[in-house]
Amino acid sequence: MRVGVITFPGTLDDVDAQRAVKYADAEAVPLWHADHDLKGVDAVIVPGGFSYGDYLRCGAIARFAPVMQEVIEAANKGMPVLGICNGFQILCEAHLLPGALTRNSKLHFVCRDQWLKVENNQTAWTTRYDKDAEILVPLKSGEGGYQADQHTLDELEGEGRVVFRYVGENPNGSRNNIAGITSANGRIVGLMPHPEHAIEALTGPTDDGLGMFLSLVDSVVKA
Amino acid sequence: MSIDTVKNAESTPDQDQPYKELGLKDDEYARIKEILGRRPTGAELAMYSVMWSEHCSYKSSKVHLKYFSDTTTDEMRSKMLAGIGENAGVVDIGDGWAITFKAESHNHPSYVEPYQGAATGVGGIVRDILAMGARPLAVMDPLRFGPADAPDTRRVLPGIVAGVGGYGNCLGLPNIGGEVVFDPTYIGNPLVNALCVGAMRVEDLHLAHASGAGNKVILYGARTGLDGIGGVSVLASETFDDTAGKRKKLPSVQVGDPFTEKVLIECSLELFQKGIVVGIQDLGGAGLSCATSELASAGDGGMHVWLDRVPLRASGMTPAEVLSSESQERMCAVVEPHNVDAFMEVCRKWDVIATEIGEVTEGDRLVITWHDEVVVDVPPRTVAHEGPVYHRPIQRPADQDALQADTPDSLPRPENVLDLIKTMVASPNLASRKWVTDQYDRYVRGGTVLAQPSDAGMIRIDEKTHRGVALSTDCNGRYTKLDPYTGAQLALAEAYRNVAASGATPVAVTNCMNFGSPEDPGVMWQFEQAVKGLADGCVELGIPVTGGNVSFYNQTGSTAILPTPVVGVLGVIDDVRRRTPTGIGAEAGETLLLLGETRAEFGGSEWAHHVHGHLGGLPPKVDLQREKLLGEVLVAGSRDGMLSAAHDLSEGGLAQALVETCLIGETGARVFLDGDLFTELFSESAGRVLVAVPRTEEQRFTDMCTARQLPWRKVGVVDPESDSLEIQDLGQLPLAELRAAWEGTLPALFD
Repeated sequence: MRVGVITFPGTLDDVDAQRAVKYADAEAVPLWHADHDLKGVDAVIVPGGFSYGDYLRCGAIARFAPVMQEVIEAANKGMPVLGICNGFQILCEAHLLPGALTRNSKLHFVCRDQWLKVENNQTAWTTRYDKDAEILVPLKSGEGGYQADQHTLDELEGEGRVVFRYVGENPNGSRNNIAGITSANGRIVGLMPHPEHAIEALTGPTDDGLGMFLSLVDSVVKA
Repeated sequence: MSIDTVKNAESTPDQDQPYKELGLKDDEYARIKEILGRRPTGAELAMYSVMWSEHCSYKSSKVHLKYFSDTTTDEMRSKMLAGIGENAGVVDIGDGWAITFKAESHNHPSYVEPYQGAATGVGGIVRDILAMGARPLAVMDPLRFGPADAPDTRRVLPGIVAGVGGYGNCLGLPNIGGEVVFDPTYIGNPLVNALCVGAMRVEDLHLAHASGAGNKVILYGARTGLDGIGGVSVLASETFDDTAGKRKKLPSVQVGDPFTEKVLIECSLELFQKGIVVGIQDLGGAGLSCATSELASAGDGGMHVWLDRVPLRASGMTPAEVLSSESQERMCAVVEPHNVDAFMEVCRKWDVIATEIGEVTEGDRLVITWHDEVVVDVPPRTVAHEGPVYHRPIQRPADQDALQADTPDSLPRPENVLDLIKTMVASPNLASRKWVTDQYDRYVRGGTVLAQPSDAGMIRIDEKTHRGVALSTDCNGRYTKLDPYTGAQLALAEAYRNVAASGATPVAVTNCMNFGSPEDPGVMWQFEQAVKGLADGCVELGIPVTGGNVSFYNQTGSTAILPTPVVGVLGVIDDVRRRTPTGIGAEAGETLLLLGETRAEFGGSEWAHHVHGHLGGLPPKVDLQREKLLGEVLVAGSRDGMLSAAHDLSEGGLAQALVETCLIGETGARVFLDGDLFTELFSESAGRVLVAVPRTEEQRFTDMCTARQLPWRKVGVVDPESDSLEIQDLGQLPLAELRAAWEGTLPALFD
């Protein structure tokens, strides 16, 4: 079971994502932004950071990277893809997920331990969670406010495609307290909080995030 | 535009030069002429003036800093792989790992332009660590501001915090601690100190030197522009033609691009890993002037630099400007000729611009040409290492006696101690720093074991062995004002204690000495005393100072800041899984013990400052042998699993420590104290730590303290059922109310 982790210039959480994959007993395969090659992986993680400096707009340049063309093609064929933070922004820019992420409502960068409610445990990345379970993982972003038009929001809500919702005070102004969403087929998930920073209690607030990587292993093995 | 070449300088010996505007004194200018045997060219004048500045040459502090190396014994030096004089100190921590760490100030730029000043302060110290061959792993930021409610603090603080966060977060370095302190003396001169720690395998240590004639000098990273050119712009306007003077000047504060720095880090680490770098130097203050002269000076030959090859981002720059530019995110490497292609290949992979700008030569001259004309021809040591040395006048201030005589003894004591606890936890210096630290990424790279609000930051270095390091920075400027020698030792003691409280063994010290004007004999006295206190303290604790930084001229008008020798202590922990947390409640059934002795010590205390606006008397006594013993007990307690929490006592005394340990652990406690409750709760006696021990370990731990003659007292029990802090004979403090008071202050001021 091989999981690709993309590194763009400016990617920061690639080492964490690779570690999380290893903690789930899968092999982490580094993927380079300039390569037209997914190296035969079974799934891809687009990690957090500031790809290409996040200049222009978060994720706007990264979506055009050679490796992303391969990711888009594979995702459209059903490969599981997870976008975390900047990775979520990139997946939105690449139109693999709907909507956009905007500046936090209080304008500051926010780094805090955040409670999330699992709304959908049927995706390729969330089967290990109970529905409505509450998990505690770090949130750290300056542009994490989820925005979409009313039609898209209604569709996401109606189809149960909101995967995670913020519990308690809305940390960034996201509409409907949305922290993460999924594609119509449940294979692509994007979220602002960082499950890869919560895989052991020593370095994270909890190990609640590990479930996402274990879920992936389950769903790939099952398929 | 006519360029002032060496030939031109020889033929026009009497031409006026703006050396005074560049900050050089008459005798310094005369000395340059003596070294060169002629007047300097404009470019040479730019180099000497910036390299002989206080910031680069340490001309006022050098004679005092020598005391650090004079007092370091061979035993203290035994774990040191590099020390003062290198870009950063390096310590061997075992398992083949070397740790490098250093702090630096970026005070003045941060006042002028808070965001960029703070951002580039982080960027600069990170490159220092990188230049040792290490991967930067974490940063910390000790900050000082004017009064929290002053209008200018509202301008400066949010910008500085956003700058530290904006740069560090984008660089992917966790921020694991630091300080935020308010005092009126910093109103026109905030302090922005930045510390970075990095790790490497011992064999990968890189030192900055250019050796081996024929080796190539490669400049890589960002292009060179007009930003960060301070006083040197007078050269452009006065020596050369008029159009240069009319050019729109860019701000003299540098502008940072953390994305470029992140790429520069990864590119450099790949270059190191491939073993194709002989010497490396970061470009910081004084830019290419500093990098070329320091590399050449530390090597065994000379150097030729073709300055016109430097990639620029502005047109019409003069050689002096190119040499002095402080454009960020640049590094300079010395590479053997056969490795140049491989070097360029790595740079291309990361889209980093790299240019061969020079060559190591036989001989001992640094020669810089500009379109084939020689504009600099100097002995590099005279620029980099043989600058002026001053023995500034030293005088204990006349009012020092009066200051020490004005003790806090007569200040009225509080009528209601319970109310005082609530007042104090909400005071700006004691309130939660969450508003600040929540803007910093503390999680990136997945190695952060402890971060704010813990006493020390801790990171895992080795994922297989679990070896890690802990760091703390501390300084109480009020203590140092009352007695600089003792104050510096108290800063050392507190940082040492914080590191030990986390379970790590302190091994090395760095410092960032922030003082007023060295031309004020009273300030020089404070400086000399602080250096002596810190150095003597290190001898007593048996750990070396491995590096540091001096920042003078920190004044608001004619008022100097509180003398602020920020001390950073590095500790090693063989297994981070046994770290001691700061909050209680991790185990069922804990007893609270107070280690150390409490005396009625209120000189320079937070209570005297906040409640009475009083600063006088003497700071708390310092006993470094006791601190050492305390440290040993804390580390032993952690190693043997006897401690479930530990929190150092400092500003705000036991009251503050109790409130914090409850709030951080989200657990209540019942406390019983003997004697005068005000003194028990608010004295700031040094050498004390509040610990929680599981009841099953209580006997074993207290027996150890007794056997080792460390005073201890049982002061309470943790009560997981309770949601308040209860102090016998005083009453109950609901945790929710304490949290609102503690966490409400900074958001109310700065949101």
